[in-house]
Amino acid sequence: MEIKSSSWMSKAYWVFQKDIKSELRTRYGLNALVMFAVITLTAVSFAVGQFFSGTKILASLFWIVVFFSAMSGLAQVFIKEEETKTVNLLKLVASNESIFLGKFFFNLILLFILEVIIIPLFLILLNVQISNFSLFLCIVILGTIGLVCATTIIAAIVSKARVKGALFAVLSFPILLPLLITVIQGTNLALEGSEFSQGWSELKFLISYCVVMGVGSFLLFDFVWRE
Amino acid sequence: MIWKILTGFLLSVVIIAVFLMPPPQKELGDVSRIFFFHVPVAWVAVLAFFVSMVNSIFLLRKREMRYDIQAASAARLGFLFCILAMITGMIFAKNTWGSFWNWDPKETSIFILVLIYGAYFALRSAVEIQERKASLSAVYSILAFLTVPFLVFVIPRVYQSLHPVQSVVDTKLKFQLPLPYLFVFLGSILGFSLIFIWLHKLEIILCTFNREREKE
Repeated sequence: MEIKSSSWMSKAYWVFQKDIKSELRTRYGLNALVMFAVITLTAVSFAVGQFFSGTKILASLFWIVVFFSAMSGLAQVFIKEEETKTVNLLKLVASNESIFLGKFFFNLILLFILEVIIIPLFLILLNVQISNFSLFLCIVILGTIGLVCATTIIAAIVSKARVKGALFAVLSFPILLPLLITVIQGTNLALEGSEFSQGWSELKFLISYCVVMGVGSFLLFDFVWRE
Repeated sequence: MIWKILTGFLLSVVIIAVFLMPPPQKELGDVSRIFFFHVPVAWVAVLAFFVSMVNSIFLLRKREMRYDIQAASAARLGFLFCILAMITGMIFAKNTWGSFWNWDPKETSIFILVLIYGAYFALRSAVEIQERKASLSAVYSILAFLTVPFLVFVIPRVYQSLHPVQSVVDTKLKFQLPLPYLFVFLGSILGFSLIFIWLHKLEIILCTFNREREKE
């Protein structure tokens, strides 16, 4: 590996690359995440049945599956470092900003991969028709970014605490709730086939949420990581 | 000392005035008197959250443990006031809208505030080292406060509410209450805020005492 250009952006890329590599070797995080999502989706599909068309229920079920899968997998990025005792090495190699960005993008990719798998399954298993696909796509992308913005720093907080598993969901849920309510509303609109302009207020909300939580957690990460 | 007496006096006047004046909304009758207690209590719940957040910022900047004590005590009191706001709201809701809980946006917001406080306490009990506990919970407190504008302002405006929208201030930020009611209302807000400050001081003294006893 060349260690010439060491601006923090490129270091963030290294951290990201390192996580991707270790993920590809073990596939622990992704396997757990995808299996969890598939299992919950199957459970939902058995419960709801094939010919069900309440768009509001479907939208909330979809986001519940995504939310709980994220809760089961996204904390791993930092817990892994604590468990393998590589935290101090990472602190020596890269600055706080680059570690945060690297971990952030790793989580984002993880969640996007999950959604690429889960959305077709959702459409097939529950027999869903998305009437306004572009709006659906915008809502999903922005919702995922917002979810990762808020949970990456919580993953870092949780990795420093004693009980890790349950705490992540407990800490994330109240912070994510405004996001969840909005994405469920937005997805409902997309499933109903509303026009793009009708979902505009949801999109604006999601963009502002992403910006506020992203900047906030980027600035606060320093204090968590220093502990 | 004198301000404590004044607080007591002010709140007595408020309580007497609330029960002697005709109810603020005639259609609703006596139930609407709860408005003078419910709104200030909810206001203090948010104020306590704000105090906790400000102290958290100071903690992260200055690294003095007294800010942690202040933040934690404000959060504990905020939790108490949240519960009070929920209970007074439920009494009002049962009598006017027919059920104790309706998932109205404001109810949702206060419920999320309770969840945030609960998560904050869960985090505090999950970290053992005192300094680490202080800074982690401070980060969480600030992070949670960032979501408050989304909850308090955006959600109630995006979705319909059962709450009387134009009771205190209307959409053009003009006061809607008749003047005597307005004075009682503002007096009640001031009184409850002062009670909060008083309780907060007591809580800080208690907390400091407990920590020093633990050290010995």
